[in-house]
Amino acid sequence: MAFIPHTAEDVARMLEVIGVPSIEALFDEIPKELRAGVLALPPAMSEMEVARLLTQRAALDGRPLNFIGAGAYEHHIPAPVWAITTRGEFYSAYTPYQAEASQGTLQLIYEYQSMMCALTGMEVSNASLYDGASALAEACLMAVRANRGSTSRRILLPRTVNPTYAQVARAIAGNQDITFETVDFDRSAGRTLLSALQPCSGQDFTALIIQQPNFFGSFEEVDQLTDWAHENRLLVIAVVNPTSLALLKPPGQWGAARDGHRGADIVCGEGQPLGVPLASGGPYFGFMATRMQYVRQMPGRIVGRTVDADGRPGFSLTLQAREQHIRRSKATSNICTNQGLLVTAATIYMSLLGARGLEAVAQASMQRTADLVAALSKVAGVKRAFSAAHFHEAVLLLDRPPVPLLAALARRGILGGLDLSERYPELGHALLVCATETKLGVDIDSYAAALTDVMSAPRAAA
Amino acid sequence: MSNIPADLKYTKSHEWVRQAQNGAVEVGITDHAQSALGDLVFVEVPEVGRALRAGDACAVVESVKAASDVYSPVGGRVTASNAVLASQPELLNQDPYGAGWLFRLETSDSAGAAALMSAAAYESFLADESK
Amino acid sequence: MPELQSREPLIFELSKPGRQAGTQFPPPVAGSAEVPAQLRRASPAALPEVSELQAVRHYTRLSQMNFSIDTHFYPLGSCTMKYNPKACNSYAMLPEFLSRHPLAPEPQGFMACMHELQEMLQEITGMQAVSLTPMAGAQGEFAGVAMIRAYHRARNDAGRTEIIVPQAAHGTNPATATMCGFTVKEIPCDANGDVDIEALNAAVSPATAGIMLTNPSTLGVFEHKIVAVAKIVHDAGGLLYYDGANLNAILGKVRPGDMGFDVIHMNLHKTFSTPHGGGGPGSGAVGVGARLRPFLPLPIVGLDGARYRWLAERDLPQSIGRLSGFMGNAGVNLRAYIYMRLLGREGMVRVAEFAALNANYMMKRLQALGFEAAYPKRRASHEFIITLKQENKAYHVTAMDVAKRLLDYGFHAPTTYFPLLVPECLLIEPTETEAKEDLDRFCDAMAAIREEMAHDPEKLASAPHTMPVRRLDDVRAAKQLDLAWNRS
Repeated sequence: MAFIPHTAEDVARMLEVIGVPSIEALFDEIPKELRAGVLALPPAMSEMEVARLLTQRAALDGRPLNFIGAGAYEHHIPAPVWAITTRGEFYSAYTPYQAEASQGTLQLIYEYQSMMCALTGMEVSNASLYDGASALAEACLMAVRANRGSTSRRILLPRTVNPTYAQVARAIAGNQDITFETVDFDRSAGRTLLSALQPCSGQDFTALIIQQPNFFGSFEEVDQLTDWAHENRLLVIAVVNPTSLALLKPPGQWGAARDGHRGADIVCGEGQPLGVPLASGGPYFGFMATRMQYVRQMPGRIVGRTVDADGRPGFSLTLQAREQHIRRSKATSNICTNQGLLVTAATIYMSLLGARGLEAVAQASMQRTADLVAALSKVAGVKRAFSAAHFHEAVLLLDRPPVPLLAALARRGILGGLDLSERYPELGHALLVCATETKLGVDIDSYAAALTDVMSAPRAAA
Repeated sequence: MSNIPADLKYTKSHEWVRQAQNGAVEVGITDHAQSALGDLVFVEVPEVGRALRAGDACAVVESVKAASDVYSPVGGRVTASNAVLASQPELLNQDPYGAGWLFRLETSDSAGAAALMSAAAYESFLADESK
Repeated sequence: MPELQSREPLIFELSKPGRQAGTQFPPPVAGSAEVPAQLRRASPAALPEVSELQAVRHYTRLSQMNFSIDTHFYPLGSCTMKYNPKACNSYAMLPEFLSRHPLAPEPQGFMACMHELQEMLQEITGMQAVSLTPMAGAQGEFAGVAMIRAYHRARNDAGRTEIIVPQAAHGTNPATATMCGFTVKEIPCDANGDVDIEALNAAVSPATAGIMLTNPSTLGVFEHKIVAVAKIVHDAGGLLYYDGANLNAILGKVRPGDMGFDVIHMNLHKTFSTPHGGGGPGSGAVGVGARLRPFLPLPIVGLDGARYRWLAERDLPQSIGRLSGFMGNAGVNLRAYIYMRLLGREGMVRVAEFAALNANYMMKRLQALGFEAAYPKRRASHEFIITLKQENKAYHVTAMDVAKRLLDYGFHAPTTYFPLLVPECLLIEPTETEAKEDLDRFCDAMAAIREEMAHDPEKLASAPHTMPVRRLDDVRAAKQLDLAWNRS
């Protein structure tokens, strides 16, 4: 019997102590008419049989060469990261509610919080949220709580923000009368222009969301946008890529200083690039950081350093009263958990790479994408979509629909990128491509050669 | 047994009210409330000048285990707030009816004032709650 | 008992400027791509600068300061700390699964596993359809309540603004209801721990959208009158939401769909043994009956002939939407799938049987030692509550003191102070994967602690004594906020 250690003798002795004749008797409080019949489940498998099944299924999926980004990025993960993260003491530990028995997890989270503050340039970070998309939704709820000067509950959402993040923010925050107003992007630059925000000047909006780099991989002019928002009394919610922060001005330094403050008010994003594998979409983790003045509005767990009864330093969960605090007139969150295992991996990853290593990854990724764009633009019928400088993703315009091309490339073992026609139909035949440090020159050459091949074949099935 | 000074008035949400001559009142939370919350770690008081109606959530008291809203017992305008509590929230635990006051209001809300409980009524309200 | 590692410096305290783990740097790439000057970072982030060995040693030593299922008996009530099979991790981390981009064309191997998982969860719960997308129990609750809201709105029944919640419910239940725009109506339970039927009858009205229940309840007992409860709420036009936190108690014995529930959220990280990971990731799959099927969160795995594909907005136009950037915690769901294949039909049924056997055995042994069960006349489900209110009166010991002292005896403490209704309580859930000897050792430790209560209560009040730290100052942690290391 899977994982059940009891012998027949154990069972007999335990039933005797309880004073019932059989295990069945323990369920005598359940009305007979509710008892389930035989479940239509497959029979038990040994570990060996399960291994075979899963190995066969994995082989079906294979390992094509991947050039898709769009919110999940393939980076090299150093061997120690998951060797240590899957240690039983981390893997099978619970939330650190009994602090004295969980100092390992608690200290690790404190180190993680410190590293996220360093990367983002903010004063305080939480212990993580579920993922980047839901972190943005939580940031919107938080902005409504924190921006006491605004009552409109309207948030400006540029179309250069990841469209799935926008959907999730609406699904989660929409139930609390928060509305999102879209801001269009410049078709040739591929980013949000200040002129698109100017019609909103002087009106009551609660917050402006700025994604850097944006969904197209382009750099936004974050200083201008932040200054506009602060002049008009909006809070700034920054959605950032953690790898890019090794090279980019962090959101804590966006814009000009005013009233002794500077930068974005709430920072969030997807932590997956920091040592978490793509794994078909999860589990990942969302990060969130803010200023000390807003710490009590920030959702999720937070670890603090304190002292024990002997005056020695130790760590514990703190500010927990916020988590069940329900304030009727303001937006609330029901969040309980964080993504502990993924935070463990990310903390080890950041310790191994350090700032210099992360810079090297970021620089190599940016350069590889530039090389990819250059190589593919040489193929007839392919050109760059936007003029703005980009990080490790870019949009290409094709002379024909991307979907059949992508299918043909997939048959050749290459995942060419993400077709944008459903998300951004006005761009026409657009493809979002990404190359990280994991793509070597030969990989880029393979893609360019395959694309040339596929595009020069007759327009029927390639 | 919690301390319930006879000269004050009370609300069901555990606020106390001290009435002065000229329509000014002082507001805080009771000994029962501070004891239930435990050691306070954070107190937020309303801004001076803010207009309140009876029942408005206007302050927050937070301990390690719970955070509670404090509701204005009567309508009026805030004339003073106890800023010291920001750095010394423990004063409220130590002296909930004196140094732990939260805020003062100028008020002409006679209906609200009439609805407040006497010390005896609050005492039996607490006895009923604990059953 | 295993000895824990004592103090370890912060990784920043081990750092030295210029030190690096060079083999982890990618080879430099020649080229001129650069960040525009006005957007460039001025100075490097204050991340650690350590060698690979220093990092490995540091985090290994930190792990040795933790209690975990792999090292300690962990009877945390309502958390279901059963063994996390290593096979689930090994096969979920096969390289092809790990390297798959979520937006890659539908991976048929992985999706076969997900589709079968959906079907198995439907069968176990007696529901018609399942979505695997919510990333935690709280998100699953949110999805469930949001679907109830969507259902009533679709029928132009917007006057249904109230959700009924028992007083004993977990704090996330009313929080979730409020988050979805409902007002919460609390009802008491009776002396036996069941929902008070009279109070329920008084509480339902044309404004009732639904009721949120756990069965067995948070008090560890089976709701006798669940069929009556379901009828009252359905007759009033409301729907029934099942909080699946306690599913481990009834797996294979009763199905929530058969009890009349319209929607259920499951905690795959409890019942289906995916790793707790120091606080996550979880997975809060939701199952629904026919009424709520059109509203399920996306994406869901569908089968078109022989091909698996992701169902999206055009397939479910009334869906409550997407709750995650991709499809939820895929790797967690895959681990749950592997667990269910290892258990199979036979193993699934044994879970509740041995969980109940272990819980009832412990309850009887602790009662024999003089401890008071909160509901002594009821069977334990998969967990039970001990109240220390008499001991508190006699010796001034608290549940917290006992919890901390148990750490010294090498056991993770049970859940304390939940449910809120029972004073000075310990909620104890052994799970089915624990051997009788380990249950006995725990009970023996409780016997020893009982002796200490009478003769040496100070030992409990100042516990723990053998952990890397003594009892921590929570008040100071919240008053003097130190939430990040500062280089200065």
